[in-house]
Amino acid sequence: MSDDIKPRLRVPTTAKKGEVVEVKTLITHPMETGQRKDSDGKLVPRLIVSSLAVTYNDKPVLNVTLEPAIAANPYLSFFVKVEESGTLKFKWTDDNKQSWTAESKIEVA
Amino acid sequence: MVSRLTRRTALMASLAAIAGALVARNAFATADQAKEWLGGLAKGTPKDGKVALKAPEIAENGNAVPLTVSVESEMSDKSYVKALYIAADGNPNPGVAIYEFTPLSGKAEVQMRIRLAQTQKLVAVAEMNDGTLYTASREVKVTIGGCGG
Repeated sequence: MSDDIKPRLRVPTTAKKGEVVEVKTLITHPMETGQRKDSDGKLVPRLIVSSLAVTYNDKPVLNVTLEPAIAANPYLSFFVKVEESGTLKFKWTDDNKQSWTAESKIEVA
Repeated sequence: MVSRLTRRTALMASLAAIAGALVARNAFATADQAKEWLGGLAKGTPKDGKVALKAPEIAENGNAVPLTVSVESEMSDKSYVKALYIAADGNPNPGVAIYEFTPLSGKAEVQMRIRLAQTQKLVAVAEMNDGTLYTASREVKVTIGGCGG
């Protein structure tokens, strides 16, 4: 199951100094709400990606806490202010404390 | 005798109605629960304004409803949006998402896809770095609920 979980990013590779760039992220994950019943009528236990932490050059940019109301394969997009070249890092963590990371470099011209 | 029977029937009917209401309350969050959830996170009374919720008026599929929330702010070190709390008042749980921003976020605008079990109201509360709160809400009509159904 966890092998299918892959983060995907869309981040610009270059930016002007001080530019606010849009970042799009997606992680393939079923986001089990804990409300659904399986074919035997048993409740499927809750298992969701419960947080996303974003840093730029290791400085915090954004923290998101996700609730079961976030759709499967959580797609999140937001903005980052880029003052210098660096690396944007993402870390998703699920209810079982399992985590997935991704990163992307941005060059300031 | 006849009157007693009708009274009993009336009593039973009202009891059933109360039980039904209780079950409904357990299954889905109410506006009060959404308010409570938000109140537990953002202390104080939020003012209207600055926050904008963008979502379709009618969502055909409640399994993935696109939602954009933006907050007016210069996002500088002096003045920025510290947190954004989003709740829905007709889902089994009122919480949708919590965003914690920094001035590095540049712009307090976020996009996500959410699950809506039924037609309901979305509420967002933004907390500024000076502690002031702003809120906005929006109703979304849902044709097919998105709750494992």
